Amino acid sequence: MTLPIQLLWVIPALPLLAASIGALTPRSGRKLAAGTAIVAMAAAFLVSCSALLGALAEPAKHAFYNFAWFDLGASSVRLGWLLDPLTAFMCVMVTFVGLLIFIFSTGYLREDENFARFFCFLSLFAAAMLGLLVANSLLLLFVCWELVGLASYLLIGFWFHKPAAAAAAKKAFITTRIGDLGLLLGMLWLYDSTGSLLFYDAGQGILEPDTLGALAAQTTIGGLAVSTAIGLLVFCGAIGKSGQFPLQVWLPDAMEGPTPVSALIHAATMVAAGVFLIARVYPLMAADQALAGVPFHALTVVAGIGAITALLGAVIAVGQNDIKRVLAFSTVSQLGYMMLALGVGSWTAAIFHLLTHAFFKALLFLGAGSVIHAAHHEQDIRLLGGLRGPMRLTFLTFAIGTMALAGVPFLFSGFWSKEGILHAAHGWSVSPLPLYAGLAAVVLTAFYMTRLVAEVFFGSPRSHSAEHAHENPAVMTAPLTLLAVCAVALGFVGTPAWPWLQARLNGQTAVYGHSLLEGGGLMILSIVLVALGLGAGWAIYARRPRVSQTSVDPLAANAPRLFAALGARLGFDEFYAATFGRMTAATATFADGLDRYVFDGAIRFLIRLGEFAGLVNRETDEDLLNGGFDAGSEALRSAGKGYSRAQTGDAHSYLRVAAIGFVLLVLIIMLGGLR
Amino acid sequence: MSANSLQLCLLFSSALFCIGLTAALSRSNAILVLLGIELMLNAANINFIAFWRFGPTPAPATGVLFVLFSIAVAAAEAAVGLALVIAIYRHQKNIRLQEATSLKG
Repeated sequence: MTLPIQLLWVIPALPLLAASIGALTPRSGRKLAAGTAIVAMAAAFLVSCSALLGALAEPAKHAFYNFAWFDLGASSVRLGWLLDPLTAFMCVMVTFVGLLIFIFSTGYLREDENFARFFCFLSLFAAAMLGLLVANSLLLLFVCWELVGLASYLLIGFWFHKPAAAAAAKKAFITTRIGDLGLLLGMLWLYDSTGSLLFYDAGQGILEPDTLGALAAQTTIGGLAVSTAIGLLVFCGAIGKSGQFPLQVWLPDAMEGPTPVSALIHAATMVAAGVFLIARVYPLMAADQALAGVPFHALTVVAGIGAITALLGAVIAVGQNDIKRVLAFSTVSQLGYMMLALGVGSWTAAIFHLLTHAFFKALLFLGAGSVIHAAHHEQDIRLLGGLRGPMRLTFLTFAIGTMALAGVPFLFSGFWSKEGILHAAHGWSVSPLPLYAGLAAVVLTAFYMTRLVAEVFFGSPRSHSAEHAHENPAVMTAPLTLLAVCAVALGFVGTPAWPWLQARLNGQTAVYGHSLLEGGGLMILSIVLVALGLGAGWAIYARRPRVSQTSVDPLAANAPRLFAALGARLGFDEFYAATFGRMTAATATFADGLDRYVFDGAIRFLIRLGEFAGLVNRETDEDLLNGGFDAGSEALRSAGKGYSRAQTGDAHSYLRVAAIGFVLLVLIIMLGGLR
Repeated sequence: MSANSLQLCLLFSSALFCIGLTAALSRSNAILVLLGIELMLNAANINFIAFWRFGPTPAPATGVLFVLFSIAVAAAEAAVGLALVIAIYRHQKNIRLQEATSLKG
C-alpha cells in the first residue's frame, strides 16, 4: 500500500500529536508519555515505509503537493510536501533510529523525574525533523529547521540544573544561529530573485532547470553567479547545523545532554539535516558548474570545508578522554566526509554515508549510553576499563559499531559508504587535496576508535563504579542489537556491485553495477590504511592496557604538547572566546556606554528641558496669573476693610452721618439755587 | 397771608424736626431716640398737611389721607422699634444704644 502524496503530512503530524499529548501529561504520567511517543513513532515508521514503497515505484519523479498557506495582496505564500527517494529514505531512517532510541530512553532515563517531559521534547524533535524532510518549500524547511534547533536546545539543556548543560544548550543554540542567519539571507535572496521558495512546482520551482538557468546567468559582487552566492549562504546554515568547520565547537559540548539525545540528535539525525539540506538543494549548488569565468564554484567551497572538517574532527578525537566527546568529534569528522562527498559531486554517496552513519553512530552512542548507565554516569575512559566481561552484549555491539565506523572491509556498512566517498573524491578533477584529507582521516578514525574500545572494554576496571558495572536490561540492549544488525546489513544495498540505493536516489529504476572491486587500487590503499590505524591503536593501547587512572597516555608520553593541544581541542573554544567572545563583549560594552551616556544623556536632556518648561510654567502661573488675581482680591479686601470701618454698629453715628448728609443736601439745594 | 401761614407752618415743622433730631442724636436711651424719631416723622406730616392746606390747588383730602397712612406706618414702625428694643434688652440687660454695636464691621 502506498501513501497518497496529499497525506504526507501525517508523518510529522504523528510525533507532533505525541508531543502535544506529552506536554499535557502531568509528571506522574510516565507510561502515558513514553507510550504515546513510541506508538506515534512506530506509526510514523510504518507510514514512512509505505511512502518509501510509493517513491521506489517511480524513483525519478519528484511527487509534490503544493497549497497556499496565506495570501498577501496579490501574491500568495505557498507550502507543500515533496516525496522522492531522498525524502523517503531519510524518513524511514529517522523514524526507525528514532523508535529504537525512544525505546532505549525508557531504560536510560528510568530514574529521571522529568521522564514525561523528556519524551515530549523527543517527539517534538522527531516531528520537526520529519517536517524538514517532507517539506517542498525552503520556507517550511527553514521553519522546521529552527524547530529542530529549539528541540536540540531543550534536550541539551534537559539537565539544566547542571551549569555545564545550560551553557552547552546556549552555545549550541547561538552557534547554529550564526549559520541560520546565512540560510535566512540566502532564502530571502532566492525569493527576491525567483519569487518562489518551492523546490518543485511544475517548472516554476527553484530546483527546476528554468529557474536555475536564470540564477546561474546573473552575476553579482566579485563575479560570482547569483546561484553560487545563494548556494554559499544556504551552505552557511548547513555549516552551523552539521557542525562543520569553523562552527564545529558546539557539537562536542552538546554531549552534556542525556546520551539518547546525543545518539538521536547529535549523531544520527539532526546534524545530518545540514547534509540533507545540501543534498536537497543540490541542483542549486551545482547550477554554476558549467560556468567557466567564475572565481570558484559553490561546491568547491563545500568540498574544502568538508575535507577540513573531516581531518580536524579526526585529529582532535585522538586526544579526548571523555567517551562521548570522542564520539562527538568522530561525528564532526564523518559529517565532514559527507560534505566532502557533496562537494565533489556525489550527493548519492553522501546520503548513503549519512544513512549508514546514522545507524552505526546511533549504535555507538547508545552503546556508550549503556556503558555510562552501567558505570553510574562515569564517562571518563581513564576511569573505565575491563567492561568486556560484565557487559558482553554491549561490548559486541559496540565493537560492530566501531568496525563499521572505522571502515573494516567488506562486512561492515561504513566501509562501503566511505569507499564510495573516497572514490568520488578520487574522481574529482579540481584538486586531489580532499582525497588526501579523507585518506588521512581514515587512519585516524580507525586509530581513535581502537583506542576508545581498548580503554573502555579491555584491561582492568580502574574505578569503583567500573568494577560494579553489569549488563543493562533488554529494553536497552535490544535496540543495540537491532542497530548492530543494520550497521552490518545496510552496507549491502550500496556496494559497487549492486548500487541499489544510489541508483534509486538518482532516479533510476535499473541497477547498473560494476565489479565489486571497482577502483581496486584505491580500495586496497584504503584497506591498508584502516589496517594501519587499527594495528597502531592495538599496539599502543590494547597490548599494554592502562593500569591505573593516573597513568600517562602512551601518546602523551611521546608528544606531551601535541597531546595536550588535542585534548584542549586545538584551542578553538579559547580562540573564539578570545576573538569573537571578546569582540562581542567589547560591542556590548560599547552599546552599554552608548546607552548609558548618549541615549541616556539625550533622555536626561529632554527631562531637564521638561523640568525647565515646568518651572517656567509654574512661575508664570504663580507670579503672573495668580499674583494678578491675588493683588486684585487683596485690593478688594482692603477696600472692604476700609468701608467696614465705617460700620461702627453705633446707631447714633449712622444717624449723625444721615443728618449731616441731609443738611449738606439742603445747603446745596439752597445755595445752588436750583429750580 | 396764606404764604405767611405756610411759612409759619414750615418754620414750626422745621423746629419740630430739629428738636426731634437733637433728641435722637443726643439720647442714649433707645426709647427716647425712638421718641425723637417720632417727632421728626410728625414734622414731615405737618409739612404734608401745610402744603396741602396752603397749596395752589387743594385737591380733596389728599394730604390728610397721606398723613393718615404715614401715622399708620409710624405706629407699625414704633411697634417694630419697641420689639427691637425689648430684644436688645433681653440680650444685653440694658437699652443703651452705644453698647448695641454687635453689627460693627
